[in-house]
Amino acid sequence: MSTITLIEHDGTEHSLSYENGQSVMEVATENMVPGIDADCGGECACGTCHVFIDPQWRDQLGEINLEEAQMLDMAPEKREESRLACQVRLSADDNGMVVKLPEFQM
Amino acid sequence: MKLLEPVIEKSTALVPMHLQIKGAHAFQKFKKRLGLARAIPTFTETLIPPVADLSLGEIDVSNPFLFRQGRWLEYFQRLRDESPVHYQANSPFGPFWSVTRFEDIMYVDKHHELFSAEPIISIGPQPEGIEIQTFIAMDPPKHDVQRQAVQGVVAPQNLKEMESLIRQRTCDVLDNLPVDEPFDWVDCVSIELTSRMLATLLDFPYEERRKLAFWSDVAAASPETTGGTGYTAQAFEVAGAMAKGFSELWREKEARLKSGQAPGFDLISLLLTNENTKDMIDRPMEFLGNMALLIVGGNDTTRNSMTGGVFALNQFPDELAKLKADPSLIPNMVSEIIRWQTPLAYMRRVATQDVELHGQTIKKGDKVVMWYASGNRDERAIENPDAFIIDRKNARKHLSFGFGVHRCMGNRLAEMQLKILWEELLSRFDDIEVLSEPEYVQSNFVKGYTSMQVKLTAKQG
Ligand code: HEM
Ligand code: FES
Repeated sequence: MSTITLIEHDGTEHSLSYENGQSVMEVATENMVPGIDADCGGECACGTCHVFIDPQWRDQLGEINLEEAQMLDMAPEKREESRLACQVRLSADDNGMVVKLPEFQM
Repeated sequence: MKLLEPVIEKSTALVPMHLQIKGAHAFQKFKKRLGLARAIPTFTETLIPPVADLSLGEIDVSNPFLFRQGRWLEYFQRLRDESPVHYQANSPFGPFWSVTRFEDIMYVDKHHELFSAEPIISIGPQPEGIEIQTFIAMDPPKHDVQRQAVQGVVAPQNLKEMESLIRQRTCDVLDNLPVDEPFDWVDCVSIELTSRMLATLLDFPYEERRKLAFWSDVAAASPETTGGTGYTAQAFEVAGAMAKGFSELWREKEARLKSGQAPGFDLISLLLTNENTKDMIDRPMEFLGNMALLIVGGNDTTRNSMTGGVFALNQFPDELAKLKADPSLIPNMVSEIIRWQTPLAYMRRVATQDVELHGQTIKKGDKVVMWYASGNRDERAIENPDAFIIDRKNARKHLSFGFGVHRCMGNRLAEMQLKILWEELLSRFDDIEVLSEPEYVQSNFVKGYTSMQVKLTAKQG
């Protein structure tokens, strides 16, 4: 079974199993991980599922499309590693991926 | 009509902005005398018929009395059910499309490349001669640059710093309210608290904070723009006063910066220290626009949520009992209040190309209105949508803040203010009784209240 690890801003870790094709946002909200609001329900239209994914994982996730890039641009805590969790679809290859949460969502 | 271009474009280093606005007003009067000015519609309240008496083509949801007369629920219900992409050919604001279902509104809001926010987001145009420029009504990439320059002031990091000040100012207002006697909640609480918050954000002279609320009210109330009760002379007067007040504040902060003082964390200091916006004062309509956007954005909306929450809890008394039993529901209730109230009824777009939606062809150049007030009551997306339920599941999934690149910049600030208000109210009062039906704003845009008489009961023990 594949799992990913979500780390809250305060360091709390959640090791969560997922099914292929699920988004990181869906995995997080199903497991009630605090710190992901997902106000738009995965439409890439609110920016409140902002997460950080290290380059070693990010590179295999494929390009960020324009829509996501534009929403990310509005995140005050945006960094190189930023992604919107609802736009990251998980496959078997992502087993073991580590996802960090920012201090705030906006 | 190139001859009649707006004249407010000179550098303010040459001509003070408020004098340019005076000039523009004189020019507008001149145009009117020549018969060249655009006609301004007038609105007289008449009784709105039940929607069942009308054909689809006769339904005009731009009527600024629709909310006041309580007809909006049935009007939008009918559009959602029978004509989700509806064309009104002959409104006082010209022809426009209405999009009324949750999913369709999300679609339009997301697709800024198909639906432009320019030149303005109200159904009608801005008053002729004072067309201010604000990023809520700009498309990317210009929008993104301007938003990024100012959003730090309301970003959560900054809010954390501001929370205790906002709480202290809230407590001060609540501690001085009359108990066991009637008073106007809108004036004493909602307007007072939002004026205090805006003065804090802008570092505006605190004693003059009520000016901000007044300016904002006038800026949103032009009849040709939203069907409001404003008039041209007043709009120009307020634009002039705003220009003067904010330019002075700008110059003052600029001087302080130049003398080597550290910049404050207020809006103008942020603009002054950003490469893209440090010369904004030389683009008067953009400068005024950004100031107006912040005060209008942060004023009516939060104000009417503060009033709407009290009104909702009076209509749904079981929810008040639930709240008292479990104050940890406050954050969820805040989202539910903002959904239930939907302080801004819509945002308007213009199609950039022909777009097919629900079998209708929206033509390039047509106005498209996304009725958030309707989408938030769409039973296709929200269960039992007319009920106010403070522990509603997925309460955050509402349309009141919009979605996409224009999603409300102040949403965290608004939520924080409301959360603080309800925490402090619960610790002081047992009941806030609404004594009579509130008075409603005349507007098709601002969904809110001009007054609401209430009586407080102090908490026992
Ligand atoms: C309950 C309170 C509020 C509501 C319901 C509300 C609603 C909205 C809506 C509907 C939009 C347009 C969204 C779209 O086009 O998709 C918006 C944008 C905006 N709001 Fe708010 N607002 C609120 C509070 C505030 C506050 C407190 C501020 C600032 C102090 C603020 C500042 C803005 C700004 C600057 C924009 C333009 C954002 C952009 O175009 O990128 N709002 N708001
Ligand atoms: S859930 Fe809204 S952008 Fe991801």
